[in-house]
Amino acid sequence: MSVLVYAEHDNAALNKATLSVIAAAKEIGGDITVLVAGKGCNAVAEQAAKAEGVSKVLCADNDAYEHQLAENIAELVAEVGADYSHILAAATTTGKNFAPRAAALMDVAQISEISDVVDADTFKRPIYAGNAIATVKCADAKKVITVRPTSFDAVAEEGGSASVESCDVVKDAGISSFVGEELAKSDRPELASAEIVISGGRGMGNGDNFEILYKVADKLGAAVGASRAAVDAGFVPNDMQVGQTGKIVAPNLYVAVGISGAIQHLAGMKDSKVIVAINKDEEAPIFQVADYGLVADLFEAVPELDSKL
Amino acid sequence: MKVLVPIKRVIDYNVKVRVKADNSGVDLANVKMAMNPFCEIAVEEAVRLKEKGVVSEIVAVSIGPKAAQEQLRTAMALGADRSILVETDEDVQPLGIAKALKAIVDEEKPELVILGKQAIDDDNNQTGQMLAALTGMPQGTFASEVNMEEGKVKVTREIDGGLQTVELKLPAVVTTDLRLNEPRYASLPNIMKAKKKPLDVKSPADLGVDMTPRVTIEKVETPAERKAGVMVGSVDELVDKLKNEAKVI
Repeated sequence: MSVLVYAEHDNAALNKATLSVIAAAKEIGGDITVLVAGKGCNAVAEQAAKAEGVSKVLCADNDAYEHQLAENIAELVAEVGADYSHILAAATTTGKNFAPRAAALMDVAQISEISDVVDADTFKRPIYAGNAIATVKCADAKKVITVRPTSFDAVAEEGGSASVESCDVVKDAGISSFVGEELAKSDRPELASAEIVISGGRGMGNGDNFEILYKVADKLGAAVGASRAAVDAGFVPNDMQVGQTGKIVAPNLYVAVGISGAIQHLAGMKDSKVIVAINKDEEAPIFQVADYGLVADLFEAVPELDSKL
Repeated sequence: MKVLVPIKRVIDYNVKVRVKADNSGVDLANVKMAMNPFCEIAVEEAVRLKEKGVVSEIVAVSIGPKAAQEQLRTAMALGADRSILVETDEDVQPLGIAKALKAIVDEEKPELVILGKQAIDDDNNQTGQMLAALTGMPQGTFASEVNMEEGKVKVTREIDGGLQTVELKLPAVVTTDLRLNEPRYASLPNIMKAKKKPLDVKSPADLGVDMTPRVTIEKVETPAERKAGVMVGSVDELVDKLKNEAKVI
């Protein structure tokens, strides 16, 4: 058995989600090779080589891979992946974009967003927005899998000493091109990997009111998220959305403010270690999953919380 | 320009899902079924492109049981011109569906295929990407904006860190994210008209594709329930609990 892990990165640094994917790869067993594809991504390859449990890093440094275009990456992965029994990627928007395409090129199934490894052919994954957990077994000789990063404890960043080899496979499908991107700029931690997350819902009333959450977040070193209702109402951008259709988070502390607790929101945060809910409606379903509930007007409770931290 | 819109019949998103007692799956008996919400967004986008005069014909297609005709009728009530059902009662999985759709694409030769990014039952998020791979088309997944230009399409995608815009040569596959548009409701006259629109029924054998599932579902379980905790009476008490009991701040 041999596992190829596709590294998630921004050409400068390795995304922590990859360390969780390596953890899933260790549970499957066999040698672990990390594929770093990008442009000017040598530092990422060096970083990946230090991760615990990695035996080899392949670095495919080419213009064609700079923006992770699925058309090019899928062809690269399908070719490099020929030598491996398992191909793993994080269930991020990058992994979800190229992994099914790579699997179809190899004429194998893809298994999405696994939360547990049972054995080398059998995995658990949430279905119906996390309302059911399916145990699935794949009959294909090669398994292409995306991994839910929050379900696996990341391996150590340091301690490994894998070799870095350059991979000279160049795949440029020539049918797609990168135009531009608008990335949210924030000094706060990344939502998907933050230790503490504080999220606002429809109860926030408008986008300006999120300011009171930002204040608390900055005191706690927390990331700020939102429910789909708050995003749909236009209070905040979609990249802040926590839930089935947004990001899946599992921080040590999740504070839900003015969020009623729709199933689709719970699907994105119910694996958090400690959940706090602040809502003025004592019947809100969020209280059924909260470790600590406070029935209060958020516009009084949140500033008070801010002053007492 | 012709657009193909593949859609899926799924459990209605308002229904509370129950796992069967024998853990063989989810109980779908007597449960309300509907068009997958992301597929509704795909139909709406196609209809808007037609209203703008960019698209001349919209073909809806579904792969599934006979009852999926209901969802195809809904798609036609919303503005699709005709539809195709690839009828099968077998378990269908993304790779098999993508193969069936490729056969339809080869026949229909659409310039654009718009489909939902994922179905809310299996949550796979694979079919569009797989269809793109099999047909050699580029893909604009998780789209929040679609702009047609001469011979190409610009797609703005919802990515983890924000938004990314890519340019794809036509023909192309686009998968829809939530903010792409807000789907309309079908009007009664349009529902009546949709009953007369053409609906072709084919079998997987007609298409000559192998849709054998590659993945078996061994068991389906209810996730571990989270226990409700305690209610606190004040912000002071909350801060105290978080500091001294949960030790998370």
